[in-house]
Formats: sequence, structure tokens, C-alpha cells
Amino acid sequence: MNKKKTFALPYVVWMVIFTVVPLLLILFYAFVHRTDTGALVFTTEYIESALSGSSMSVLLLSLEYALITTVLCFLLAYPAALFLWQLKSRIGSIVNLLFMLPMWMNFLLRTYAWRALLDTSGPINRILQLLGFPAQQLLYTEGAVIFGLVYNFLPFMLLPIYTSFTKIDKSYIQAAEDLGANKRQTLIHIIFPLTKSGIITGITMVFMPAVTTFVISRLLGGSQTMMFGDLLENQFMLLKDWNTGSALAVVMMVLMLLSMALVRKSDDGVMPGGM
Amino acid sequence: MDKQRLVLLKNVCKEFDGVEVLSNINLYIRKNEFLTLLGPSGCGKTTLLRLLGGFETPTSGDILFDGKSIINTPPYKRQLNTVFQRYALFPHYNVFDNVAFGLKIKKLPKAEIRQKVQDKLKLVGLSDYENRTIDTLSGGQQQRVAIARALVNEPALLLLDEPLGALDLKFRKEMQLELKRMQKQLGITFVYVTHDQEEALSMSDTIAVMDNGRIQQIGTPVMIYNEPINSFVADFIGESNILYGIMKEDYVAHFSGRDFRCLDRGYNNNEPVVVVVRPEDIKLVPPTDNTINGVVTSIVFMGVHYEIRLKGDDGFEWLIQSIHSAEVGSRLGIHLDPDDIHIMDRSQYDTAEYLEIKQ
Repeated sequence: MNKKKTFALPYVVWMVIFTVVPLLLILFYAFVHRTDTGALVFTTEYIESALSGSSMSVLLLSLEYALITTVLCFLLAYPAALFLWQLKSRIGSIVNLLFMLPMWMNFLLRTYAWRALLDTSGPINRILQLLGFPAQQLLYTEGAVIFGLVYNFLPFMLLPIYTSFTKIDKSYIQAAEDLGANKRQTLIHIIFPLTKSGIITGITMVFMPAVTTFVISRLLGGSQTMMFGDLLENQFMLLKDWNTGSALAVVMMVLMLLSMALVRKSDDGVMPGGM
Repeated sequence: MDKQRLVLLKNVCKEFDGVEVLSNINLYIRKNEFLTLLGPSGCGKTTLLRLLGGFETPTSGDILFDGKSIINTPPYKRQLNTVFQRYALFPHYNVFDNVAFGLKIKKLPKAEIRQKVQDKLKLVGLSDYENRTIDTLSGGQQQRVAIARALVNEPALLLLDEPLGALDLKFRKEMQLELKRMQKQLGITFVYVTHDQEEALSMSDTIAVMDNGRIQQIGTPVMIYNEPINSFVADFIGESNILYGIMKEDYVAHFSGRDFRCLDRGYNNNEPVVVVVRPEDIKLVPPTDNTINGVVTSIVFMGVHYEIRLKGDDGFEWLIQSIHSAEVGSRLGIHLDPDDIHIMDRSQYDTAEYLEIKQ
């Protein structure tokens, strides 16, 4: 047993240095104030400023964007996964590859590409003009930010849902049909509950990172839209206010833990038989 | 036609990617009949069941249910239910909700659903298991839930795909009796797929022995056991000594180098035939000029009887079941009465090519 544990040692060391210590540092900066004399005192002033109206409104906006992104990703990914699942395995894996292909490129590159595409003189607007429409301001809008978020996070919704589909024993579907359920009833009562764990993983993998994203909103939303991630970055990089920055990070972490707990609870809460 | 025909299969053929798995199946299933499709794996019996269930459509031919063609009817509209090979119980529902599924889909009143589900759970002996989740049940219990889930819909026809295959021997025997009892009690037509000949013989009203995508023989268990139509059926149902001989004239068969009186007639003189002798019909006697003689090569005690192998002077290795033991190495004779000898036509199972493949 002890020998096996030593295999995990490199990872444990890594975790301690790069996860545990930074977390403690963030808590330290968020709650400890260094006075002019150099003394360290406990304070809640940074947390209070992190909970101020202006940062809360940014947080709310981020939550709203993340929620819309998550819903859109789900609405796109679930039917796609259903479709992929019904394809023959060879064609399915090829189509799956096509879905995954963009993920192999860095998301910054892809987002830059969308900047060019959405530009007022970009190809999308040129096509619109050819069709006789006036040029549209696409870049630097809320729509562009949400589009960018959905585009970047879609694979993270699709993959876990598709994986949960592939684990469904086809005999369950046949049993449901045999017992009188049509395609729609089978989808609602059998397929959907059996893919729930994939949906929940998808939601956590899209919602959480979407709340804290900052580059996408800056590149596609410009100064119009500031998300919580942007606010955080500004505190550290622009204002060099590590204390308030850390306090914001603490607020965000608490929020994430809460929403994780909520999602988990809804997973357990829905008992079998809720037809 | 004494009883009404519930299902009628007419010239049903099924191909998968150009490979024929069922060829020209003609079969009727009477109301309240317990029909078993019996055959080795790959014989097409499960495909035939899936055609009835609606999970496959025939390449050609027609299937009539209560006189109406159902080949274009989807499974959820058919008046039948299936007990799947590995049960296919829904893992996200408990026992009650699994059994109630079909009734809830039909939108029956809640109280009626509860009553019917409880009745069926009682029938299969799982009254106290309503709230158990599927993964806490043993294989036998899951099997009972699967049966209850199918029966609760009161189907006209119940299809069972090797439902006892995953159970241990003792429990399988119990379930065989119980299934038979339920079938009689509820008056439901059963189509039962198995590769276990003992199971088929003990439960069925009618057995259809299948091989190579064809029904080789159909009849009552007694008929199939006593009068197998060819050497495949003889070999598959029970154990047999299968020899090749000729029919010298009516009532006289020639094999193992001598003539035997038998009960068969109607063959051409000197027509090549297959001779089947069941091991339990053979009587071991001291060797004389009128017996097939040989040396005992092995004896195995089987509980009820001894299984004795005897290398005959004719070169054939005889299998004999006897309640009396013998001594390995001793010389004994085989005595056959006329009604111990079963004569059948040679079929594709008796060609040189087939016998070579078998070896």
C-alpha cells in the first residue's frame, strides 16, 4: 500500500505548491491588512468592498451571461449528442472528431479569428452587404460575447453528454418501446434520466468557467461589457490591489462552491419514479 | 384447427447484410400455447423472436397477429411484451416504477396501477421489494421483476429470450416450474427461446427445433424426443448413438454388420438411412452371436445412472446409460429390441462435408 502511495507523491507536491499554497495566500490577502508600521491585522474591509454595489452588478452580469451560455450550449449539445449516438459507430466517431477539432486550437486564436470575422469590414458584413443589408455592428456587443462564450464552451457540454449517451444500454430503449412507450416518451422517461449525469457534468464544465472568463469578453465585447473575470484581472494587473483582488476571488470561490452544491443536490433530489 | 391461431408466420425470411439468418419460416402459434424455439447459438431463434417483438422487420414474408399483418407495426403498438435476455430493467427506477412503467405510459389511474403492480409482484414473490433499487437485487430477483414488468400489461403474447440463462441450476429448475404455472394460471401465450434442450422438453407444449435459419422439426416434446426427424434433431435433443445403415426391406435395417428387426417401413429396398439409438434404451448382456459385441472403455457414475462407453467390434463407440455398472476392459454385448431402433432419412446433416465440418 505504501509503495502505491509514493506514486502519487509528485502530484501531491505539485498540488500543495500550486493549489493549496496559492489558496491560502488568497485567503491571507483577502482578510489580512498590513498597517503602515508593518503589523498584520485581521480585517473584513476588503471583503466588504468586494461586495459593493458596483462589483456585485458586474458579478450579476457575469452570472447572466454564463447562464445564457449554459442554456444555449445545452440546447445545441443535447440534440447533437442524440444525433451522434444514433449514427453508426464509424460515422459517429468521424462526426465526433469534427465537433472536437476546433478544441485542439488554442481558444485565444479562435477568438481572435472571430474578431476578424465579426468586424464591420469582415466577411460576415461583406456577405450581408452583398445581399443588400446595411453593415451591422457585430463586434463589441453583448451578442458577440455570448456567441464567443457558446462557441468556446460548446465542446465541454457536448463531450460529457455524448459520453453518457454511449453508456446507455440499447436494450433499455427496446424495453421501453416494448412496454408501449413511443419515441418521445422513451426520450423523456428513459434517455433523459439516463444522461442526467452527463448533463450535470456539462453544466458545471460550462457554467463555472464562463462566469470567470475574461479574455473573451474583452476581445469580443470591448469596453462595453465587463465580466467578473475582467474585474478580477483589473484589480491585480491594473490597480495592483492584491487585497481587494483576493477578496473578489474569495467571493467568487464561495459562489462557485454554492452553485456546485446546488447542482449536486438537484442531482440527488430528483428521485426515481418522477414521471 | 381446434384452437385459434394467434400468430402466423408466412414464408418469413431475414437477411443481415446479404447473409440469410432465417429462411422461409412458416409457423403458427396457437392461443395459450407454450412454444419453445430451441436451437444452438446462431440458429436464428433470437432473430425470430425479435421479428415478433418488432425490433427487426422481415426481408420478405409476412407475420400475422390476430389475423392482421404486423410487420409495419412499431414495437410500442404491438399487443405483446418481452422478457429480455439480460432483463433490461431501468436502472433509474425502483422495482415498483419498473413494473409500473407500461401502465403509466398507458395513463391508467394511479390506484389501478398500484393494485396491478402489487398483484404482479405478489405473483412473482417480490411483494416486499417495491422500493428496492435494481442494483440491490440478485439475478433471480431481477429476473422476476422483468417477468412482472412484462406480465402487468396483460399481453396476449409474451416473448422470453433465454430468461433463465443467467441463473444457477437449482434456481433455474424452480423458475421453470413457476413460469409454467404462471402461463397456465394467466392463460397467456408464451414464445420461449432457449438452447437448453432439457428446459424445452420440460416446459413446452410445442417445440420448434431450429438450426441454420430453418425450423428442422416442430412437434410436442414427446414426439420430438421419440421421433427426431433427422440426425441433427436426434443429436441436439438428448444424447444419441447415430449410425449409418441401410433399410434392407420393410421392418429390417442393416447396420453394424448385421440385420435388425425394427418398426419402420416404406423405404426403398437397400435405401441408405440414419439409425438412432437412445443410450437409455440399450441393454447390456453377455456377448452372443446375436448381439453387437465390444469392450467397455469407460464408466462414469452420473447419480441416477452410469454412463458407459463401449468400443464395438463394428468400430462404433456406443454410449450406454444403465443403472448397472460394468467393468472397464470387460467384453459385453448390446441387445436392441425393435422399438429401440429409430430409422430416419439421410439429410444435409449426413453428407460427408457436414460430418467433416463437425469433426
